[in-house]
Amino acid sequence: MGIEFQNVNKTYPDGTVAVDQFSLHVPSHTSTVLLGSSGCGKTTLLRMVNRMVDPSSGAVLIDDEDVAGVEPVALRRRIGYVMQNSGLLPHRRVIDNIATVSRLNGVAKAAAHRRAHELMETVGLDSALAQRYPGQLSGGQQQRVGVARGLAADPNILLMDEPFGAVDPLVRLELQRELTRIQSELHKTIIFVTHDIDEALTLGDQIVVLKKGGEVAQIGTPQQIVESPADDFVAQFLGLDSARRTLSAAPRDDGGWFVSDAQGRPLGVVDSLPQHPGQNA
Amino acid sequence: MAWILDHLPRILELSLAHLLLAAPAIAAAFLVAVPIAWAANRVRPLREIVVSGTGLLYAVPSLPLFIVLPIILGTGVRDTLNVIVALTIFGLALMVRSAADALDSVDGGVRLASTAVGYSAALRFFTVELPLAGPALLAGLRVVSVSTISLVSVSAVLGVQSLGSLFTDGFERGIVPSIVAGIAFTAVLALLLDLLLVAAGRLTMPWVKGGRR
Amino acid sequence: MNHVIDAFELLADPDAWGGPGGFGARTLEHLWYTALALLISAVIALPAGLVIGHTGRGRALAVISTGMVRALPTLGLITLAALFLGIGLTAPMIAFVVLAVPSIIAGAYAGVESVNPVTVDAAKAQGMSRWQVLTRVEIPLGLPLIIGGLRNAALQVVATATLAAYVGAGGLGRQLFLGLRTQDYAMMLAASIAVILLAIVLDASFEVTQRLLRRVPGLA
Repeated sequence: MGIEFQNVNKTYPDGTVAVDQFSLHVPSHTSTVLLGSSGCGKTTLLRMVNRMVDPSSGAVLIDDEDVAGVEPVALRRRIGYVMQNSGLLPHRRVIDNIATVSRLNGVAKAAAHRRAHELMETVGLDSALAQRYPGQLSGGQQQRVGVARGLAADPNILLMDEPFGAVDPLVRLELQRELTRIQSELHKTIIFVTHDIDEALTLGDQIVVLKKGGEVAQIGTPQQIVESPADDFVAQFLGLDSARRTLSAAPRDDGGWFVSDAQGRPLGVVDSLPQHPGQNA
Repeated sequence: MAWILDHLPRILELSLAHLLLAAPAIAAAFLVAVPIAWAANRVRPLREIVVSGTGLLYAVPSLPLFIVLPIILGTGVRDTLNVIVALTIFGLALMVRSAADALDSVDGGVRLASTAVGYSAALRFFTVELPLAGPALLAGLRVVSVSTISLVSVSAVLGVQSLGSLFTDGFERGIVPSIVAGIAFTAVLALLLDLLLVAAGRLTMPWVKGGRR
Repeated sequence: MNHVIDAFELLADPDAWGGPGGFGARTLEHLWYTALALLISAVIALPAGLVIGHTGRGRALAVISTGMVRALPTLGLITLAALFLGIGLTAPMIAFVVLAVPSIIAGAYAGVESVNPVTVDAAKAQGMSRWQVLTRVEIPLGLPLIIGGLRNAALQVVATATLAAYVGAGGLGRQLFLGLRTQDYAMMLAASIAVILLAIVLDASFEVTQRLLRRVPGLA
């Protein structure tokens, strides 16, 4: 069960190969992050799931059913989609934006609005904002509305395309925390696209590091990837060879250890350092 | 076709009359519109007035204007001056707006940089802003040229001689070729003037590749 | 100046307004022509323009036809139609429609094209069908420009309708040509002023509609 990419390939008419022979299993109720810089085909892969893009060859399966056989409009209505710059309808109020998919699915207006109000609470939006238009909200608030809209039809799958890419770093951290909380309650199957390593490490149960053309550099848990990067590309991409992630510890006067990075920037303290299994004290 | 060949001297004569009404109006509209647009861009409240004013002019139908204008000008309805002024007003209605947009589109950074290196306001206008706005101004001028050429013929119902006379004569005497010739020669005239403007644009703005459509 | 006074006296005279050939009936006739021409043109041009905007196909054709119509002398079109179809409403109506259609098409496709592609993409990704994207996103968001196209078309028709009296159509142009033929400058002037006022009022009502629309948040 879950989402399965089977040898998918996407070649555009002009000959550009966006994705070449990509395979991946996304387990149900977990979040998978597609991590890579621009041009690695991560958004193309994401959009294959709800058929915004159809693969040139290969197949995408949801719970063992090939999506190619599902009518795109119906498919999209049962998959949540959250994108950068929110993509909200500027001429509809917040409440109606969130209720869009429910209304498309034929839910009565009152019920759709009730559901939308619940979702506003879920994503941490003040219900006073319900009657505002998207243009009257801050960037962070708009993204919350985007998340709420993605959740409106109670989809099993949530596709997130750099949803927090356009908000400032502080708001971004807050939205990431919020998403972690929501996921711990709802357990959706999430595919999350980002080029931000820290975001990937925070949000992914599974991380897929991509090179150009959708070539997989490494698949693993955040810990596996940081602990043992598959190759120089991954190490470099994560910044493991840079000063930022090369940590050192120094004993503190009143016990414990003081941790800093290679530039000497203080990061925090730890009570004790675990002994490396292969090392003699 | 035979009709056209038989009446070619008359048609060419009317074409010339047509051009002599249109060309001064097009030139005048351009020369008056640019300073108005420049002033409108400098003084914002003026811009509001100019934009809505030209919008209002645009709404006025041509034939009634040909008739009302003599009250102000003190001319007769059939005077060449009356027709030219009316056509100029219609040209302005189109040109002021597009000239204001053209001058406004000049990159603020370029403007600032040229001021910084010591251009005076006047020098900067003629050597920096006007040339840079050139392609957009030309695009506006071409629209004015085409629509003026087509508007001239309306004055024929008042008895003013132009290619429009081929329409009135043709209608009154039931000669279809006369009307067809009128439409064809109006189109040819519009095309020739347009090509002339494009050529003038190439000559004065050699840095613009291929000309702008 | 006497002519001006005469013209305004004529416009203020209830007798000149009443009756089947009076200013009142001619104004209504003028409006009726405009409304009918606009309706016919809109039925043809709105779907065409919306499809061009939605699919991006046929755009070049639309641009070229708009340019060609601008170059087309209206008087030539009207007299030609009248010679073929005779005196009556059909000939001028065909001319009005030919002149109005390109403006409406241009407004419609410009309106649809003006909608932010991100918004359209998002609407598709939420599961809107093409029809729903068009009717719930592209048309409402493009409305100010779509109405702008209708506005230009309406002005074009009002102006051309005045000219159409030359080939026997009704409307305020009838009064104008009556004055022209009888050398009655006051009459010509009165009719001209009436047409200009009619055009300005019509234009202003479109302006008000567009302004009201712009007040709706999200519509630019």
